[in-house]
Amino acid sequence: MVIVMIKINGADVEIEDISVMDYLTREGYRMDRIVVECNEEIVPKSQYESFILHAGDVVEVVSFVGGG
Amino acid sequence: MHKDKKIPSQEEITSALELRHTKEIQDKLSAAKVAICGLGGLGSSIAIALARTGVGKLHLIDFDNVDLSNINRQQYALKQLGMPKPQALADEIRRFSPYIEIETSHVRITEDNCAALIGDADFVCEAFDVAEQKAMLTNYVLEHMPEKYLVGASGMAGFHSGNSITTRKVTSHYYLCGDGESEIAKEYGLMAPRVMICAAHQANTIVELIVKHITGETEE
Repeated sequence: MVIVMIKINGADVEIEDISVMDYLTREGYRMDRIVVECNEEIVPKSQYESFILHAGDVVEVVSFVGGG
Repeated sequence: MHKDKKIPSQEEITSALELRHTKEIQDKLSAAKVAICGLGGLGSSIAIALARTGVGKLHLIDFDNVDLSNINRQQYALKQLGMPKPQALADEIRRFSPYIEIETSHVRITEDNCAALIGDADFVCEAFDVAEQKAMLTNYVLEHMPEKYLVGASGMAGFHSGNSITTRKVTSHYYLCGDGESEIAKEYGLMAPRVMICAAHQANTIVELIVKHITGETEE
C-alpha cells in the first residue's frame, strides 16, 4: 500500500492509493446522490471501482441535497 | 380600465431588447437554445428570467402537473392548477414574450431519453427537486454530452441568509449554484426568496455563458 497526497474538495488529504469506490464508501457518501470529478474530468459511475486515486489528483465530490 | 392594446410586433420587441442589451449581445441571446430540466421553483423562475432576457429558444421539460403546494414558490397561476407544468409555463411566458420558440415535453427525464430530449440544446439547466435526479442528470450530461454547458443547483431551502448562495465553476462546462447544504426538511421547507435567489444565479450563469461563448456558426 502506498500513501499518496491528493486534494479532495479543496482539502489536502493523505490516503492509500485506493479506488474511488473504496474512498466514497469509507467516507459514507450516498452513491446515488453524487458526481465525482478527478482533474476536471467526470469519473463515470461504471469506473468507480477501477479508478485508482494517484498522488497529485485533484478530486471533487459533489453531493446533492434535495430541493428545487 | 385599459383598452385592449395590440400586441407589439416581433420587430418592436426585438428592438426594445436591443436597446437594453445592444444588438451584438441580443443576437447571441436570440440564437441560443436552453433546455430546462425540471419546472419547479428553480426551473419556472429560470425560464421566466431567460425569456424576459430574450433567449430565443427554450425547451421546458417536466413530468408534473401544477399543484396547490407549488404556488408558494413556483411561477404558476391558481387557474393553472392541474395543468401540465410545461404547457402552463409556456402560456405564462407567452403573455410577455409571444414570439419565443418554446418546445414542451411533459415527460420524466431518464438516462434512456435524456440524449433525445436535450440533444439539440446548447445549454442545459438542472433544476430538479430530488437529489438522486440531480445526480443522474449531471452524471449523464457530463459523461455523455461533454460539449453541453450544464448549470445545476444544490441547497436553497429555508430563510437564512441568501448570501451563502453562490455560483461555483466545477469544471470547464459545469457550474453549480446554491449553498451546497440546505436540504428540504419537514420543518425547513423551500420558500420563494431563497429558491428565486438560486434560480437567478442559474439564469445569470446561462446568460453569461451565452454572451461569452458565442453559439452557432461563430462558435470559438
